Parts: sequence; C-alpha cells; structure tokens
Amino acid sequence: MMQGWLRADGRKGIRNTVVVAYLVECAHFVAAEIVARFRDRDVQLIGFPGCFPNEYAARMMERLCTHPNVGAVLFVSLGCESFDKVRAANAVDASGRPVKTLVIQKAGGTRATVEAGVDWVAQALERIARVPRVPMAVSDLVIGTVCGGSDGTSGISGNPAAGRAFDLLVAEGAACIFEETGELIGCEDIMASRAVTPELGQVLRESVQKAERYYATLGYGSFAAGNAAGGLSTIEEKSLGAYVKSGDSPIRGLIKPGDIPPGGGLYLMDVVPDGEVRFGFPNISDNAEIVEMIASGAHLSLFVTGRGSVVGSAISPVIKICANPDTYRALAGDMDINAGDIIEGRRSIDEVGREIRDLVLAVAGGRQTKSEELGHREFILTYKSFEPIGPACLPGAA
Amino acid sequence: MTGPFLLLSDKDNVLVARANAPEGLAVALEGGTVILSRPIPMAHKIARHPIAAGAVILKYGMPIGIATTEIAAGEHVHVHNIRSAYTATHALQDADGLSAGVSL
Repeated sequence: MMQGWLRADGRKGIRNTVVVAYLVECAHFVAAEIVARFRDRDVQLIGFPGCFPNEYAARMMERLCTHPNVGAVLFVSLGCESFDKVRAANAVDASGRPVKTLVIQKAGGTRATVEAGVDWVAQALERIARVPRVPMAVSDLVIGTVCGGSDGTSGISGNPAAGRAFDLLVAEGAACIFEETGELIGCEDIMASRAVTPELGQVLRESVQKAERYYATLGYGSFAAGNAAGGLSTIEEKSLGAYVKSGDSPIRGLIKPGDIPPGGGLYLMDVVPDGEVRFGFPNISDNAEIVEMIASGAHLSLFVTGRGSVVGSAISPVIKICANPDTYRALAGDMDINAGDIIEGRRSIDEVGREIRDLVLAVAGGRQTKSEELGHREFILTYKSFEPIGPACLPGAA
Repeated sequence: MTGPFLLLSDKDNVLVARANAPEGLAVALEGGTVILSRPIPMAHKIARHPIAAGAVILKYGMPIGIATTEIAAGEHVHVHNIRSAYTATHALQDADGLSAGVSL
C-alpha cells in the first residue's frame, strides 16, 4: 500500500519537499546558495525571473507552493520586484504549511540572507518530518505526460506505451493529464470525438485551432530541428505521434495550467495563452510544460523521448521513457523505461505500458527515478495570460 | 513486423525504418524490389509506391503532409520533398539524419 503525506486540503503528497522560491532573477543566486547547503536533503529551487507583474505567474507560484509534494516554502525576494509576495505567503500559510519570506534588501544582503535562509530551512525540515503519512490509492494520483526530443520512433513505441499506461491508470481512478495543444495540430477531429460531451468536443477542437493561429503568428510550429533529424517531417506527423500518449480513454475535461482535475479520468491541458499573441512562445522548452502540469497537481510526469532528454523536475519526479533503442543504449543512465524494445520486436506495447504503470506506483511509493538520483531538478516559469475555463470544459464537475 | 520497414496502416503511402537501413539495400515493395539510393536512418520514411507531386502523404492512416515533387517508390520521404499543410518545418543541416549536426 502506498503511503502519502497528508496535506490540510486532503490531497496527499508522494514527496515531502522544502521549496526555496526566488521571486525575481535578482534573488536567484541567493536562493540557489541556500539550496546548495542542503545537497543531500530534499530542498529544491524554483522561481520566477521577471520584475513585471503577471497574474498567471502569481497563480502558478501559489499552486506550486501548495502542491501536495511540497511541505514548506521559503520565498526569497530582492524587495523592489513587482511579485506580490504577501499574497503568495498568505496562500501558503492558509494551506497549513510552514512559510517564510526573506527580503534581501532588508535582511542585510547576500551573506545575511543566505545564513537566515539556511537556518529557516533546517528548522522547516525538522517540522515537516512530523507531517503524518496515510494510506494512498492510485485514485489519489494526478499524472502528467509530455514528450520532448521526439523522433520518428516516439509515435511508434514510447508514446503508444505511455498511452497504454494512461489507460490502465485511468481505469484505476487516477487523474491523467496530456497537453501541448500545439502538438495536437492535425488531431483535432479525432480527439474531439473522444470527448464525453459534444460541447467539450467543440472546446477541444477550438483549443487546437487557437494553438495553430498562435504558432502561425510566431512563425514557427512546436517543432525543433532535432525532430527533423529524427525522421519527423512536419508538425502534423509529430502531432499524430504525440497524440497517442493520451491512450484510448474518454476525454473528461479541458483544464488550463493551475486548474486541479476535479476527479479521476483523462484531461487535456490547454497550454496556449488566450487573447492576442503576447510574451512569445507558449512553452519555450519541455520543463515549462512539466511545471504547468505540476501546478495542476501532477504528482509525477511521464516523459517520452526519442532523441534523448536528461531532464527531471523540481517538486514532482519525472519518469523518462525512451522510444528509440539506439538512444536508450547511448543514454541508459538517464532512462527509466526502454520502449525501444517495441521497435526491435522484443516486447509488446502492452508489456511496456504495464511496466510504466507499475513504475508509476513504485515511484509514488518512494522509489527514486533516474533523474532524481542524478539530482536533476529543472524548473522554468515565464510570462503568460489565460482566461478562466468555460462551463463546457468540465462536464459533470459542477 | 518483418523486414527493416514497417507499414503502420494499410492506407499509408510511406514505410518507416525500424532500424538503420544501409544504402544499396534491396527492399521488396508491392510494385517490385527497389535498391536504396542512400542510407535510411531509423524512424525515417520511404515511399511505399510512386507518389505524385501534390499528393497527400499518409502515415498511421492519417495525413502528415503534401508531396512537393514526384517521389519514386523506395525514395526517402522527408523535409526535402514534402511540406506541412499547417506550419512550415524548421530544420537544420542534420535533417537528413546522417550529418552529425556539429562542426569540427
């Protein structure tokens, strides 16, 4: 039986992390110095680099700092940035977690702030060690899926296997999230046909159409040069491969970054900003996508790669599924699952899907992923703007 | 699932390499045997049969692009001879799957 750390809102965490969050790039170094003193403890760095206010970033930071895997939060502020640190600290305090805000301009500069931060984190680690652990079921889990460094093998082995794992986990009551509407271009009709209501189907279709317009304005699709080197020729070819990560379950709702799924089932996350094109590309790299799913409560993420990625994430573990057998042999120390076996005919999609599902439960039970063992804790949060989701997005949740 | 190339759907006009296929390899297609004129890296595509310029390319039974030129059976199908129906593809020198993508 899995055990989770019980939080005041009833959610359960699979990790019990102290987060140190800088609230502007000017405070990044000081925050990183505090984290560096706890190399062998579960103390992790996140942050927002910008000095201009942004509602999306404020909401994301609140969601991340009250994520079930997080036990306590230290905010590090320079002092004059626009980020509303009082609102953020109040949100964490209301969640029942220990929280502290250090302001570098008032604390005496770099050395004094680092020392104060180290003292506070040491105390916080002792306090959160007393958080109760309770039995946890698969239906308590939120799981995200993402692909990065895709190649022509991704859509044949890794993504279908991740989709099979999603089907198993949804059947067991978990909430599963897929995303990157810019990589679903060409799949909108087939995806809409899986929605639990026609109105939701229309919303799913419109989310992809929005992504298509957004990327067209920016002049590039969600397609890296390495995708082409790996045999993918067009965005729609990449999309069809990426789409199968969602499996075959009915699509229960559409959420936006920071929206918590209201129950078990499969959800699409709409990651493309609303309104006119502002602030640049929707997600500038893979970790931006992972961070958004974590903000929506993802306890862990399934990351399918063909070309080979080595990243993990702050807050929630990343399980890396390698679609390409040659890449697996080259980067085995970074990969949790070898879906390349499917390409080479040694195992079926079902067998690898079952292995992924079993590993999800093991990692939820405390087993470290490869990226966790290696110390990967990537994090990125940038500017965006969203409108709230409409009534058709979560049928049956009202 | 036999041979070096996969047919993912009966509707498809491309086959996908399940391993790196060397130049000069004889590949049996429905229309006869072809000799690969260049290496085909794993997960790259070749034409299952002759494809006319302007034809829709089908993989997984779904459209993945449009032929920009006539493509012979067994020829590499990629960014040099197909285009997206949505957004233009951004590729670098290593798009052929053979170049290292790094300078000396």
